[in-house]
Amino acid sequence: MTATATTQLPTDWRDFYALTKPRVMSLVIFTGLCGLLAAPGSIHPVLGFTAILCIALGAGGAATLNQWWERDLDAGMKRTAARPIPGGRMDPTNARDFGIALSAASVLIMGVAVDWLAAIILAVSILYYAVVYTIWLKPRTPQNIVIGGGAGAFPPMIGWVAVTGEITLMPVLLFAIIFTWTPPHFWALALFVQSDYAKVGIPMMPVVKGAASTRRQILLYAVLLLPLAAAPWLIGETGAIYGVAALALSALFVALCLPVAFRTAAEGDRMLPEKRLFGYSVFYLFALFAALVADAVARNHGWIA
Amino acid sequence: MTPEEEAEFRRRQKSRNWVLAGVLVFFVLLFYAITIVRM
Repeated sequence: MTATATTQLPTDWRDFYALTKPRVMSLVIFTGLCGLLAAPGSIHPVLGFTAILCIALGAGGAATLNQWWERDLDAGMKRTAARPIPGGRMDPTNARDFGIALSAASVLIMGVAVDWLAAIILAVSILYYAVVYTIWLKPRTPQNIVIGGGAGAFPPMIGWVAVTGEITLMPVLLFAIIFTWTPPHFWALALFVQSDYAKVGIPMMPVVKGAASTRRQILLYAVLLLPLAAAPWLIGETGAIYGVAALALSALFVALCLPVAFRTAAEGDRMLPEKRLFGYSVFYLFALFAALVADAVARNHGWIA
Repeated sequence: MTPEEEAEFRRRQKSRNWVLAGVLVFFVLLFYAITIVRM
């Protein structure tokens, strides 16, 4: 059988599914759902489900367009070479059309069924990830992760606005929290994972500015995150459950960043502080948003002020 | 196309059709529910 005959086979549906990056989508669904549940007011469960579905579809569409654009880069990196397009299992044009269809459907359904402001923010988030981040800034600046963090920061804001129909300080704060959380989360990973980004010309921070500078910036963002995470409580938008959880979780985040910030790793280092920080950063986001929802539920039931 | 290739072709086509049918039925039900809720 020749290679040409292989590519003529219809693409397996699982490859379309894989294009949407289902694992990244789980965090997007979780934070979007938390924004929706923590927002003041109520939304019919069917419309709430539709809003979360649209956030997930939009994230899937943006991830698909990202892989369509980066197919040549992906082919050059071990971690991504087996993705559906560089793996030769899917025609790039089909992937592009699939990504556009998912993105357009998510925005239209969100607008018609739930709320047009939420739909507009969803459209902005898809364009931000697929165009501003993927096409424009990722290959050009070592600040790419800082900028890319914006894409991941939209879901709780969209969930919140789907309920309230307006942008207030709280959804902006939720955006700012994930935005500030992303660089220490990703750079901790970048410090201990041998990546091929340098080989394909993507200017990641540890490669461009060196490990020492990256380590200091991890600490800087973690310190910035502490007041930002506590801000919803300080301005009186949440109760003590969230406030105490935010302060404790963020203080531990800073504490775990300290050993990472002030050490140098020799060849063959096991990178335990970096691995611990990365693992904790994932837990941090889940726990912080879970506390936000728990706080809202407790206040709605009159359990706390 | 060899018989094996044709069998694989048909298998993939069939599984794609089933998935697409499922997605369409899901959206029919969802839009029905949305319409009732928003009435």
